[in-house]
Amino acid sequence: MTLTVTDLTIARGGMPVLAGVSFTLMAGHALILRGPNGVGKTTLLRTIAGLQPALGGQVTGAEDQIAYAAHSDGLKAMLSVRENLIFWAEVFGQTDIAPALVAFDLCDLADRLAGTLSAGQKRRLGLARLLVTGRPIWVLDEPTVSLDVASVEMFGTAVRAHLKQGGMALIATHIDLGLLDAKVLDVSPFIARREVPLGSSDEAFL
Amino acid sequence: MKALLIRDIRLAVRAGGGFGLGLAFFLIVVVMVPFAVGANSELLSRIAPGVLWIGALLACLLSLDRLLALDFEDGTLDLLATAPLPVEAALSIKALAHWITTGLPLVFAAPVLGVLMNLPLQGYGWLVLSLLLGTPALSVIGTFGAALTVGIKRGGLLLSLLVLPLYVPTLIFGAEAARRGATGADVSTPLLLMAGISAATVALMPFASAAVLRVNLR
Repeated sequence: MTLTVTDLTIARGGMPVLAGVSFTLMAGHALILRGPNGVGKTTLLRTIAGLQPALGGQVTGAEDQIAYAAHSDGLKAMLSVRENLIFWAEVFGQTDIAPALVAFDLCDLADRLAGTLSAGQKRRLGLARLLVTGRPIWVLDEPTVSLDVASVEMFGTAVRAHLKQGGMALIATHIDLGLLDAKVLDVSPFIARREVPLGSSDEAFL
Repeated sequence: MKALLIRDIRLAVRAGGGFGLGLAFFLIVVVMVPFAVGANSELLSRIAPGVLWIGALLACLLSLDRLLALDFEDGTLDLLATAPLPVEAALSIKALAHWITTGLPLVFAAPVLGVLMNLPLQGYGWLVLSLLLGTPALSVIGTFGAALTVGIKRGGLLLSLLVLPLYVPTLIFGAEAARRGATGADVSTPLLLMAGISAATVALMPFASAAVLRVNLR
């Protein structure tokens, strides 16, 4: 299984931000996206995850394979940690949440309401959600925000375990995750010139 | 799908979920009306079906901006859109959960409040039946409105303006069925028309809602 991105042009608000992005991600490998703030890493990840259409180019191998995690974790404050995870597991047709709880050290917090967790604990719960999706391609947007050093290590371990099982990871991050054999793609060279002719605008209104 | 339904209902009944909001609003409006129009029992029983229907409709409207906005803010909608569940199905389920937590309690509360409005005895059955058939349409149309305004900060006003005109047909036929029931006239025409509206909106609206939600999630 391979995720192939060919000559992808992505737009935000109808304006192209990155053009000609191409890469291939094989099973068992990780790709780290780097680039300054506002360069379009989030938009690129959202496009690959299928949340917004591309202006041009192709993404193949992504259909129904992606577990997406962005800045907000989709957690409900009034549900317990366990209830949040069980909900996402069931949505993705899985049942077992125990490995996810163990991997992110959430067992002791399992019956706490998610609203009472600290920012870092919430983030760990958000990342544990990836494990219960059972999807092979993890598309992660700054996954380590508000994590402490030990939790980043925990996350690195989870990613390595996922890769070892033949999974893939596409991660936009600014810090070193300890993924030694991961390839790094700097997206800055792909910044679109503003005069690139617009395709059909992705804005239905305004 | 069951997981989403259970989660939405559970969230609604937990603290801050807004389960009692529509019901309390309905109660207050209908209790206020006799104070405002005076203790003329004949007048009250004449306007009872219309007032109960307006109250139910506004109570439903009140709870709409929570329907998707909360899930949008915490990123749940993005994650649901990448889940195996089609967006159409997810929105149908959310509309169903909204109906169970908002519409259905209104249906049960209506006959109790009918007493306050001096609703004629023969009207109770038809009132409940008309609300039971009409409130699902209110929930699905409301979900469409919520999907349309989901990205907008404080889109509540826009939501009301967009949704209220769409509620008019349901209101006309629903209140007409309840009114005819109360006066002992034949209710079949408005009731059938309203059932038709409900059936059509339940079948078609989720596709429109999903289409606008996909645009709004970009």
